[in-house]
Amino acid sequence: MLDHLDELVAGPRNAGALPQANAVGSFGTLRWGDAVKLMLQIDPSTDRIEQARFQAFGCSSAIAASSAVTDMITGRTLDEAAGIGAADIADHLGGLPPERMYCAVMGYEALQKAIAAYRGSAELSEADAAPSCKCLGVSQMMIERTIRFNRLTSIEQVTNYTKAAGSCSSCFKQVEGLLARVNAEMVEDGLMASGEAYQLGSTQHRAIDLKPHGAPQPATNIFAAKAAPAHLRAVPKPAAPRPAPAAAPAAIGVDAPSQTTLIAEALDELRPHLRRDGGDCELVSVEDNIVYVRLSGNCVGCQLSSVTLSGVQAKLADKLGRPLRVVPVS
Amino acid sequence: MSQAPVQPQPAHLVYLDANATTRTDPRVVDAMLPYFSGYFGNPSSKHALGAHAAMAVKRAREQLQALVGAAQPHELIFTSGGTESANTAILSALEAAPRRREIITTAVEHPAVLSLCAWLEKNKGIRVHVVPVDRQGRLDIAAYREALSDRVALVSMMWANNETGVINPVADLAELAKEVGALFHTDAVQAVGKCPIELQSTAIDMLSLSGHKLHGPKGIGALYVRKGVAFKPQVKGGQHERGRRAGTENVPGIVGLGMAAELAADAMADEDIRVRGLRDRLEREILAQVEHCVAIGARAERLPNTSNIAFSYIDSEAIVTLLDRAGIAASMGSACSTGSFEPSHVLVAMKVAEDTVRGGVRFSLSRDNTDADIDRALAVIPGVVAKLRAISPFDVEAGPLLGRAHA
Repeated sequence: MLDHLDELVAGPRNAGALPQANAVGSFGTLRWGDAVKLMLQIDPSTDRIEQARFQAFGCSSAIAASSAVTDMITGRTLDEAAGIGAADIADHLGGLPPERMYCAVMGYEALQKAIAAYRGSAELSEADAAPSCKCLGVSQMMIERTIRFNRLTSIEQVTNYTKAAGSCSSCFKQVEGLLARVNAEMVEDGLMASGEAYQLGSTQHRAIDLKPHGAPQPATNIFAAKAAPAHLRAVPKPAAPRPAPAAAPAAIGVDAPSQTTLIAEALDELRPHLRRDGGDCELVSVEDNIVYVRLSGNCVGCQLSSVTLSGVQAKLADKLGRPLRVVPVS
Repeated sequence: MSQAPVQPQPAHLVYLDANATTRTDPRVVDAMLPYFSGYFGNPSSKHALGAHAAMAVKRAREQLQALVGAAQPHELIFTSGGTESANTAILSALEAAPRRREIITTAVEHPAVLSLCAWLEKNKGIRVHVVPVDRQGRLDIAAYREALSDRVALVSMMWANNETGVINPVADLAELAKEVGALFHTDAVQAVGKCPIELQSTAIDMLSLSGHKLHGPKGIGALYVRKGVAFKPQVKGGQHERGRRAGTENVPGIVGLGMAAELAADAMADEDIRVRGLRDRLEREILAQVEHCVAIGARAERLPNTSNIAFSYIDSEAIVTLLDRAGIAASMGSACSTGSFEPSHVLVAMKVAEDTVRGGVRFSLSRDNTDADIDRALAVIPGVVAKLRAISPFDVEAGPLLGRAHA
């Protein structure tokens, strides 16, 4: 199952510096134990990634995942690359062991940063400074979006994807509060069934720490009450787009008209990109958080249409500053 | 009895992970085999078959007694291995001195001791003093003296560290514990068979050892309990081992451990001279050929077989993975694979630099290793390190900082 991973560990492709890169994104630190630097050479006239290379510090899975990202994005447009999620990276490797999922998340984060840097929007990085898991320097924002995009519902998954609470477990309470809050928001946003969401207190705090620390620290749940900033609540990674539900929610918020206009405008902005590939996307209707669109032209039956859709979704969410789902109708 | 011949180690594999486990010596296997299907009796039985098994256990106990220099054979209790021995020693000492509610241990202990101590602190209200070490892994004796008091039930300090091979002066440490009336236990899993031990001339009260670290079988170990030391059995259910560890004796394992002990005593001179020479050559050559690496604990007194080398700017898991593909079996200190993402607690305790602490690779040799093994390892290691360094985003110029934490 891990053939591809093994192969990439032995002879990683696209390793080394890329001096002519015009987009660079990095993620991770020595303290976190893994780090990757992605260097992309993007053709400004087409927004296509012509070449991608990486440098990585970390375990063999981290090296393989970084190499996989460069493999996946070479020759793709920025919009296509932006739609690649951590799960896609793991799939490309033929699967990663659960406790190594953070390697795929690391590749994803670095890619998003490279794209953001190229497009000149640095908003994500500013909010990322404050570490949540102090031992490893994982930021609250990073944990939050990882929970969102990958639909994580257990502490163990959060640790596997971000390493948070995987070390001394002193930030266990914080991470637990964060997970419960983000899951609750996802339920509210219609991204998750309420039965799936993590409930506070349903995981036993790991009883044994390797090192005695003296008296146990009283755990404070400093993140539980705070609401996420709008830009983080946006851009959920969609599951495979499902057909429109039979009974669409009837209620339309008061801001519905202006929201529809905003979405239509955003789609107009995106249209040239789609047209370049011979496709098009038309707004059908907006119901609550769900935007129904109709893909046409080359997009119909295209293998990559889901990638395009998640790019569209990211763009729309960015524009509106709130999460929504883009659902294709035929 | 027709037995398949024991396969030698694969010719292409260079095994440099003896502190993890060793190859069971074929002579040990030969000694064990009759006790599976031939003399399979229960040592507690009164018939001849049982008596034969009891005799074998008695002989093995004497062989082990000779290796560790115990005053009497029955100071040794057979257990399932090092972890059970260490757990038993600690729990027994606490039970035997209920008014003493403190333990002293070190920051570099094996998890068999350290995680039990953490558990006792959390769940039983036992106060645990963790004595720090210096950059060479040597114990802070002043901190140890400070922690000693008549509230201490037990001092548990390893004889030799599994990751670095650094040796503690346990005989002296035991004398200090005696002054305050505390029991002294040492986890000697890495030391037994590698350095001379003469327990009857020390103040050590308890000692843990394991069979598979000295070319014996896995699943067998022993706990030494000095005669007269209060002992509370932790496995109850019968009169085996004089009521100190219930359960039918693992006769083949015990016979194997006895044989391994006898062979280890014979091989100790070889270990101290020839294996030390191999280890020193490996370490010297790596340090000469590879830039930016450091031999951990090399200036302290060490086991003759262990070398822990930390390579800056690269990760030990990746090094070990690539070495394995080249036919060299070595080991990373610990951590990563065990579900924890922190670097080795031993290297952290020794304050190894942040750009180096995740690059620790442990090479541990045994009497099975040859000059050719070292040649082969030296032919591979510099290339592997260079390959990983070439793709690392960190280097001397860029320094350890690739931006602030995720910023």
